[in-house]
Amino acid sequence: MSGLPKRILKETERLMSDSPPGISAAPKDDNLRHFDVTVAGPESSPYEGGIFKLELFLPEEYPMNPPKVRFLTKIYHPNIDKLGRICLDILKDKWSPALQIRTVLLSIQALLGAPNPDDPLANDVAQNWKENQSAAIEQAREWTRQYAQ
Amino acid sequence: MSSDGENDEFLYEDEYDDAFDQDDEAEEIDSMSEPDVYDALSPAIEEAPQKKPYDVSWKVKTLQEITDMQNKEITKIQSVLEVPASSAAILLRHYVWNSEKLQEQFWNDPAAALEEAGLSPPSSPTTRTSALPPSPNKRSTRSLRAGPSTFLSKRTKSSASIGPFECPICCMEFDGPSVDVNTYSMGCEHRFCKDCWREYLVGKVKGEGESAKIQCMESGCGRIVREEVIDELVEKDVSKRYHNLLNAAFVADSSTLRWCPHPNCEYIIQCTQAPARMLNQIVPTVECKCGHDLCFGCGYAASHRPVLCKIVRLWEKKCADDSETANWLQANTKECTKCQSTIEKNGGCNHMTCKKCKWEFCWVCMGPWSEHGTAWYQCNRFDEKSGIDARDTQAKSRASLERYLHYFNRWANHEHSAKLDAEFYQKTEKKMEQMQNSGNLSWIEVQFAKQAVDVVIKARITLKWSYCMAFYLKRNNMTELFEDNQRDLERAVENLGYSLEQNISDTESIAKLRQDITNQAAYVQKRHDILMDDTLKGYLERRWEFSVDV
Repeated sequence: MSGLPKRILKETERLMSDSPPGISAAPKDDNLRHFDVTVAGPESSPYEGGIFKLELFLPEEYPMNPPKVRFLTKIYHPNIDKLGRICLDILKDKWSPALQIRTVLLSIQALLGAPNPDDPLANDVAQNWKENQSAAIEQAREWTRQYAQ
Repeated sequence: MSSDGENDEFLYEDEYDDAFDQDDEAEEIDSMSEPDVYDALSPAIEEAPQKKPYDVSWKVKTLQEITDMQNKEITKIQSVLEVPASSAAILLRHYVWNSEKLQEQFWNDPAAALEEAGLSPPSSPTTRTSALPPSPNKRSTRSLRAGPSTFLSKRTKSSASIGPFECPICCMEFDGPSVDVNTYSMGCEHRFCKDCWREYLVGKVKGEGESAKIQCMESGCGRIVREEVIDELVEKDVSKRYHNLLNAAFVADSSTLRWCPHPNCEYIIQCTQAPARMLNQIVPTVECKCGHDLCFGCGYAASHRPVLCKIVRLWEKKCADDSETANWLQANTKECTKCQSTIEKNGGCNHMTCKKCKWEFCWVCMGPWSEHGTAWYQCNRFDEKSGIDARDTQAKSRASLERYLHYFNRWANHEHSAKLDAEFYQKTEKKMEQMQNSGNLSWIEVQFAKQAVDVVIKARITLKWSYCMAFYLKRNNMTELFEDNQRDLERAVENLGYSLEQNISDTESIAKLRQDITNQAAYVQKRHDILMDDTLKGYLERRWEFSVDV
């Protein structure tokens, strides 16, 4: 594990020993900057009961630059597109080097609990979400059953 | 150029705008600072270049003067609000240099104003006492940097009681005195090591080009990093770039300042008479000290007189995008009335059979061929309803394309000619040498040729834009007068251009040629001034009607 900055080592250690509820993250054997992540859908959200896989990568400039995170599990959500890319401010202009992998993953979990169709990444999903919310939520539940369980 | 009066002008730009609006005459006297300019008896007056009602006055500033302007404002706010200079700077930048609004907000609720701008509230000991040297230097923010380590170490003394400390960013640990030396907090409870600060600041300045809005590293903390902190933590080149960015932001935020757009020119133009709302009446062409013209209104890197900024933008967009391709298609092709395939007819008779769907129709009336019987070579079904619609659209778009091309070709032609004329300078120079050699003329005497070329180029640029103008003008009597002026100028320019290219071989003809060219150049200049004067006055008199909104 030599060559990794102390910060990444510490964060990894803490993630492995004391992960936040509903979240797991472990580095891959061949690249310690590359994490396999799972996030459980928050309770009383359409994603409840689903376990979503993500990948997380710490670029060379981390923590000055944000980690790159992407959903691997298909998900019906207005701020997550077909390729699993996530529209979340702290992953872009609101990134702060004081944020951590842990806080990023908690924010993503919170995003599942509170979709924001006014700032969409997947336009068709967002439109559906705004025009017919109950149908959109049902669709999200259906996808959760189909792909995340 | 940095007299007090000028800076006052900057401070009270609104008053100046109003003065210009309400009373042109008063403004004129003001700006010329010659109250007796209207004295008809004074012989010198006739020589003096009279400021036209559509001209603006401007000043060319250096970067240093721009810095001085900011420092003057900062010093003023510093003493009025009794805050340190760097706080005054952050406040001013937050309120986009609107010092009146700043003062209003500040006196309303000082703590809220400071907080909103990203500063600690005044009650916090870190803002007043430890963040800065006890007696703020009154001259400028930059001179606050008294020494390399004075203030960062001073500021951390207040936190000497901190025990072992781990930087939340790099996880390095510090203990004892090294906490003071190697870590820094802006007084917002967020402490990081100086290496992380440095890396962060370099990334913000060099990577993202940020300057006035660099915040604390902690997520969600809006505290702004002060100038002197940045200057002390980062290398000189980064600090220099940081200050350049601050200046650039200052100029960009000001409606009365504009960078000269010409490459490698570092001057800034200041003009208080061309606010955005006036741009439908004036074309504020100004000349930078680098010798180039620019438009203060839109930053166009040359004069685009007599055309309004907005029309220039429309024109440039029209010429750049491929909307005209679509027009060509519409003018030169038709769609199969059945399958909508686009067809260009490049020969043959009018009995068309669509290659794709095999539909047979008449190219002339666009109706089905079956209705045509055996009249192979002429369409006598001219009044067919479906045919009329198809023909109408086509005729319209063809006319529109032709109209555009008419103006565009002339516009482009004058632009091209102006470029050629610039090359023609060199030929002219050779000619002048020739004349000096053969005609026993002095250097001064042969300057007429160069002056004539100057006049031609200037007139061509104006002509070029006059075609853009004409394209957007509605057809009416005024437009016809405009086109008359345009035609007269164009004719004069072409004649002069022709004379200039005459071969000078005969020494005797030089005197005549010189006379000829000088006269013609004077005429071109006159026609040019008439066109310009009339057109620009026309805006003020609201004589021009455009086919688009201005």
